[in-house]
Amino acid sequence: MNILICLSNVPDTTTKIKLVDDNKNYEKTGIQWIINPWDELALTRALELKENADAKVEKVTVITLGGKEAEPTIRKALAIGADDAIRIDAEPQDAFFVASQLAEVIKKNMYDLILCGIESSDYNGSAVGGMLAELLDIPSVSAVSMININGGEISINREIDGGKEMVSVPAPLVTVVQKGIAKEPRIASMRGIMMAKTKPLNVVPAAPVESLTEYAGFELPKPKAACKMVSPDNVKELVDLLHNEAKVI
Amino acid sequence: MSVLVYTENWEGKFKKLSFELVSYAGKLAEMLGTSAVAVSVGNVANDELQKLGNYGAAKILSVKGTGLDKLDNQVFTSVLAQAAAQENAVAVVLSNNNTGKALAPRLSVKLRAGLVSGVTQLPSSLNPFTITKKVFSGKAFANVVVKTEIKVLTLAQNSFELVQVENKAVIQDFNANIDAGLFKTTVKDVEKQAGKVLLTDAEIVVSGGRGMKSPDNWGPIEELASLLGGATACSRPVSDEGWRPHSEHTGQTGKIIAPNLYIAIGISGAIQHLAGVSSSKYIVAINNDKEAPIFQAADYGIVGDAQKILPELVKAVHEVKAS
Ligand SMILES: Cc1cc2nc3c(=O)[nH]c(=O)nc-3n(C[C@H](O)[C@H](O)[C@H](O)COP(=O)(O)OP(=O)(O)OC[C@H]3O[C@@H](n4cnc5c(N)ncnc54)[C@H](O)[C@@H]3O)c2cc1C
Repeated sequence: MNILICLSNVPDTTTKIKLVDDNKNYEKTGIQWIINPWDELALTRALELKENADAKVEKVTVITLGGKEAEPTIRKALAIGADDAIRIDAEPQDAFFVASQLAEVIKKNMYDLILCGIESSDYNGSAVGGMLAELLDIPSVSAVSMININGGEISINREIDGGKEMVSVPAPLVTVVQKGIAKEPRIASMRGIMMAKTKPLNVVPAAPVESLTEYAGFELPKPKAACKMVSPDNVKELVDLLHNEAKVI
Repeated sequence: MSVLVYTENWEGKFKKLSFELVSYAGKLAEMLGTSAVAVSVGNVANDELQKLGNYGAAKILSVKGTGLDKLDNQVFTSVLAQAAAQENAVAVVLSNNNTGKALAPRLSVKLRAGLVSGVTQLPSSLNPFTITKKVFSGKAFANVVVKTEIKVLTLAQNSFELVQVENKAVIQDFNANIDAGLFKTTVKDVEKQAGKVLLTDAEIVVSGGRGMKSPDNWGPIEELASLLGGATACSRPVSDEGWRPHSEHTGQTGKIIAPNLYIAIGISGAIQHLAGVSSSKYIVAINNDKEAPIFQAADYGIVGDAQKILPELVKAVHEVKAS
């Protein structure tokens, strides 16, 4: 079984967003770039599966769309333990563009299990995984919080309102994963970092695909009014405010 | 022409989320000079279907058939695409919940329709079709232009007011053509917790962080939540430690919620936590550190020891509820 993880290269979650070019863009220099948190968990789970002999995982590959500046993030994934990597040499435009680029490459060499994160922490689109599955015309399962492989069968837990469903779907398929899929993201060891330098990173050219949406500009949220402080000796006042002023209880 | 809206059901029933969606679709249809058509998949009785008309659905397509009680993303996408074709849909609206997130991207590809997910408002312009959405987990908003003729939108829960109209809806059976080979998702087992207010549905959420010190201290949080008819939540370290179930974890990597009231107790207010709760209409912070960043995001705050304040809060809420 071969596993592919689609990685998004995103600003660190603590990044302060500064708008530039007349609010048409955000400042991209001086930012710490990281593997999208859910993709990092997906990679961690894929590596756990590879270490489990019953799962019979032969190879774990990561794929990313981006310019050369995305390579440190890819190398990090290799250092954590991916076997090889693909970088599609294109700047992401929208989710459809990204999914189409990924589909063009994946079609030539199908994987059994493709993992995507539930969203990327920059544009919060929740779109690439589902789009990719539709473009490849294969099944997808979303809101996945557990994946196991045993004797070639892939079993999955997906979240539903107030609980979960245990489902099974034949390969090839796309799973869109969220919290729970792995406990903590794995960290690269010194040895991993050394080995990553020699692992294959294949750069493939962009395909001529279109985008369906366009980001016309950004706005920052309006600053919030100051917090009204209530004395700890007068908790009742808080309840009065919520009841009479905010009218929420 | 029409605006199609997918209304999921929960064991044959709709909930507030469904009515928000229909309200949104109705208003969008009004802007576009057309009407809203709801699609329901699975077994829903006619009197329940008819309720969608109260919020602006002009027509309700009811799709019934075997195998449609469990979500198969390819099957449901195919059904929705067929309904969109029959109704000449120029926009399809789904919820930004688990099901909507599973279906909307597939539908976007199938219809070659640009997708904007997690919208909270109607479009700011129709030509070009421009709509605002949160990006960077709430740290900014983006104005997104959809370039295609058909648009797919997912609406964030608790973000759109219900709109009541005179009910003129007609219900029609819709026979979708589903290839048996398309069913690939087998549901082997279901685990469900009944009787609790769902965190994403809740209008009031009481949430505890590491400042609660121990899972044994959660009694008053649960009591407060049940008194207020709300749900309980927690910060990530609390669920990572196993003090509370994962389903309660709110924030960037957990649940993203927008209740009317969010009460954060012993939560520092890290940026990743705020990413999940900043759309709440009111935030209350209780924390013993007056410098905690949660106070920057809060509307009301008390600086003090949660263990001392919580029992008093429970008592005061009791009194207000009794009056
Ligand atoms: C990629 C990434 C994603 C993340 N995603 C999330 C996420 O989705 N959700 C999330 O919550 N976190 C997330 N985090 C973690 C986040 O950065 C914080 O570490 C976390 O939110 C802190 O949780 P906390 O506020 O409960 O604990 P702490 O930061 O330890 O804060 C505890 C608070 O309790 C107060 N306190 C202590 N004792 C008392 C008392 N007796 N009475 C009253 N107050 C008291 C303290 O003053 C403090 O403010 C993420 C981190 C990363 C790196």
